[in-house]
Amino acid sequence: MSSTTHTSTIGAIGAPSRRNTELALLVFAVLIPIFAYANVGLAIDGTMPTGMIGYGLGLGLLAAVGHLVVRKFAPYADPLLLPLATLLNGLGLVLIWRLDQSQRLQQLQENAFGQFNPAAPNQLMYSAVGIAMFVGVLLLLKDHRILQRFTYISMIFALFLLLLPLVPGIGTDVFGAKIWIRVGGFSIQPGEFAKIVIAVFFAGYLMVKRDALALASRRFMGLYLPRGRDLGPILVIWAVSLLILIFENDLGTSLLFFGMFVVMLYVATERTSWIVIGLLMSMAGAVGVASTAGHVQARVDAWLDPFGCYATSGACEQIGQSIMAFGSGGVLGTGLGQGNSDLIGFAANADFIFATVGEELGLAGVMAFLVIYGLIIERGVRTALAARDPFGKLFAAGLSGAFALQIFVVAGGVMGLIPLTGMTMPWLAAGGSSVIANWALIGILIRISDTARRPAPAPAANPDAEMTQVVRP
Amino acid sequence: MNKPLRRIAIFCGLLVLALLIRDNWLQYVKADELRTHEKNRRVLIERYAQERGDIIVGGKTITGSERTTGSDFAYKRTYKNGAMWSPVTGYASQAYGATQIESIEDGILTGNDDRLFFRRTLDMVTGKKKEGGRVVTTLNAAAQKAAYEGLGSKKGAVAAIDPSTGAILALASTPSYDPSRFAGNGKADQEAWTSLESDKNKPLLNRALRETYPPGSTFKVVTAAAALEHGLYDDPDEKTDSPQPWTLPDTRTELKNEGPIQCKDVSLREALRISCNTVFGKIGSDLGKDKMLETAEKFGFNEEQFVPVRATASNFPTQMDKPQTALSSIGQFETAATPLQMAMVTSAIANDGKLMEPYMVSELQAPNLDTIERHSPKELSRPLSAGNAQQLQDMMETVVQSGTGRNAQIPGVTVGGKTGTAQHGVDNSEKPYAWFISYAKTADGSPVAVAVVVEDSDAHREDISGGGLAAPIAKNVMQAVLNGAE
Repeated sequence: MSSTTHTSTIGAIGAPSRRNTELALLVFAVLIPIFAYANVGLAIDGTMPTGMIGYGLGLGLLAAVGHLVVRKFAPYADPLLLPLATLLNGLGLVLIWRLDQSQRLQQLQENAFGQFNPAAPNQLMYSAVGIAMFVGVLLLLKDHRILQRFTYISMIFALFLLLLPLVPGIGTDVFGAKIWIRVGGFSIQPGEFAKIVIAVFFAGYLMVKRDALALASRRFMGLYLPRGRDLGPILVIWAVSLLILIFENDLGTSLLFFGMFVVMLYVATERTSWIVIGLLMSMAGAVGVASTAGHVQARVDAWLDPFGCYATSGACEQIGQSIMAFGSGGVLGTGLGQGNSDLIGFAANADFIFATVGEELGLAGVMAFLVIYGLIIERGVRTALAARDPFGKLFAAGLSGAFALQIFVVAGGVMGLIPLTGMTMPWLAAGGSSVIANWALIGILIRISDTARRPAPAPAANPDAEMTQVVRP
Repeated sequence: MNKPLRRIAIFCGLLVLALLIRDNWLQYVKADELRTHEKNRRVLIERYAQERGDIIVGGKTITGSERTTGSDFAYKRTYKNGAMWSPVTGYASQAYGATQIESIEDGILTGNDDRLFFRRTLDMVTGKKKEGGRVVTTLNAAAQKAAYEGLGSKKGAVAAIDPSTGAILALASTPSYDPSRFAGNGKADQEAWTSLESDKNKPLLNRALRETYPPGSTFKVVTAAAALEHGLYDDPDEKTDSPQPWTLPDTRTELKNEGPIQCKDVSLREALRISCNTVFGKIGSDLGKDKMLETAEKFGFNEEQFVPVRATASNFPTQMDKPQTALSSIGQFETAATPLQMAMVTSAIANDGKLMEPYMVSELQAPNLDTIERHSPKELSRPLSAGNAQQLQDMMETVVQSGTGRNAQIPGVTVGGKTGTAQHGVDNSEKPYAWFISYAKTADGSPVAVAVVVEDSDAHREDISGGGLAAPIAKNVMQAVLNGAE
């Protein structure tokens, strides 16, 4: 599996570094958000927004730093990941700034908290921290395989992160979901970081155990069922994710963890039975929780018929507003700054920010965004394909799969395709943890892809070809 | 590990594909439905995004628009002298919707009407802001003012019609309300609305179109018309076969006249002049319910009118025994009429028997004042022949010259009318309604027919009579129209 001779999509030998391609794409990734920024200002009050230069310079600087670090420390990395993430981050800033201009949301915040705090300046700061995280990953993580050493520590650390919001004193309850902690005035969502940390554990664990899981099995009704002792870990993870769901009211994260584990298990063992078992177990868990937990039940009702309970349930109203925002956008959208997606209320610039894309950029804009996310996912999977070591493969596959699930769960939720679970749209939604964690994720993928595409070191000199040393007595 | 990886790649692709399909479903297939969804506030935001078109009376606007603050609805409706005009305009409120002309012609006023589609598209291309059109009404500002001020603090209604076209000249109802007070959606608007809604005097009720009153003696002109049309009597001065006292058929109840009046075998003219219950009760009874019903329905009873605002159907009972027919023929029992209905009756008589369809919107105009639609007068029916109508006019003119309607006399103008004092309540215990219907006549026909009803006024019961309370109002309305015509 780890040989260099397979025909992976990214050729391993003699691949060009593609750093200049990345630079050219980055120019677009910075220019497009600047134009979008100008567009919002012109639409709202007919003038170029005053913060445009500072904002443009800020985004350009971040992109430049990212690019230079990649050029220096990961020269063979995939050239698409950084520009795509920069573009999303930039457009996310524009969307958040646009919603900051909304009278309706300003009024809402003033009524609730006594004052209005614009979210865009914070988001720009978080983006800078995110890039710093990205740079940090590339500088400190010279080789992703180092992480293998921290398999079990990662597990403990991930569980620690997940349980933090339940600790009295630092955990906060926001709209019923206990997924935040509050430290020194900052709200942090540890789940966003736990997502990456637990991928390290899964990758390390599965790399070691995959043969046992794949081969030691019994055939039952056409499926290869694993032995009980190998089934243990998956049951534990399932239980943990259910516990998260029950105690933190966080359907999204639990789904994400379980989905990521199933994906990685499947990649590691190549056994379809794992997918079937995983699906059955997640269904059982979802049905069980949905029929007992009240807030999950409300979300399901809102998904089934948002307008039926529109007046009585906040969950229904949110979904109804979101769907109407999408519908009102139509094919081409109203144009940035000209929609009314702020009708959604509090979460308009967070979980529901995709509805603003829907209304103001229309079907065309949403499809473009989905394709951008799709490209990131597929570049991630390609990185997994190209990786030369099983740990790297599993790690990249897990991160990409989790990213894909997250996009599906969030976008599907706000579009009414599946019940809403309350997760953030990577880079678009306001919120520091998400931006920082996703930049770290991109950093790791870039590191793995750099390792994967780096030309193989010259073969070591063949000892056989050398002159036989005559050992003289 | 690459085979499952490729499958994972495909799976991720399918996830994104599912999102793309869902998005196309939402933003293309269902877009229109969601855009215009009843719960979508954008529909209302769009509706109030520009100034609303105006309603016009006599070349002047009686409405306006005002920029609002602190709301996502940019403009709200304002009214000039709203209380006087509200029976005509109805209201357009951000919080409580619209009624009457504001509702019926909403498309024109907001500019959303299909007939404005081409213009709207053109404006969109040229970047012009959407504008609302105008609704031109037939009302006469002076007549409306006379009607509204005449009613004053009394409870009542006035309807005035141009008999030759059916154009409504005045439509007043008191107590009234100023629709400006709740045109927005703020707290003050809510309070104003709640107090109007709970007001026991029902200021929101458009009495001229939507309230039916027992017409009392004013209905006798309908009975007189039926008597002439069905040949019961041919000449207004012919003696009628009217005993006094007269007992209602099949009963032992005597039908009483109001006051010590001599009604035995008097002529139709005399009976109308002094308002004999016995004479007209017997006419109704002699004609029978079918003939009475036929004439009443030709005058517009038992049918809703759309002017274009809906007016409640006035009632002439279809199922009656003989005594009930007699009572109905003097405007009692279940007979009930809107002020508009009685104005129509008067207008048909004044217009030589031709009843014109009443209307109050003469023209719809595009924002640039081009005509979109113009109303052309339409004949509704012919309740009586021209000859009989002229005879009836003659009788009604006697009422004003020397009968109960003397308060409506206008020097130098021929005026015909009829008073009415309708009793209501259990055992007639409540204050009666004072009615007056009349028309004025000039050399070239009659320019105005008017019906006035005054509900329980503060005056004493004895003082309430159509001649005393209602006739002066009718006179002022007619005077206002005549002055304007000169």
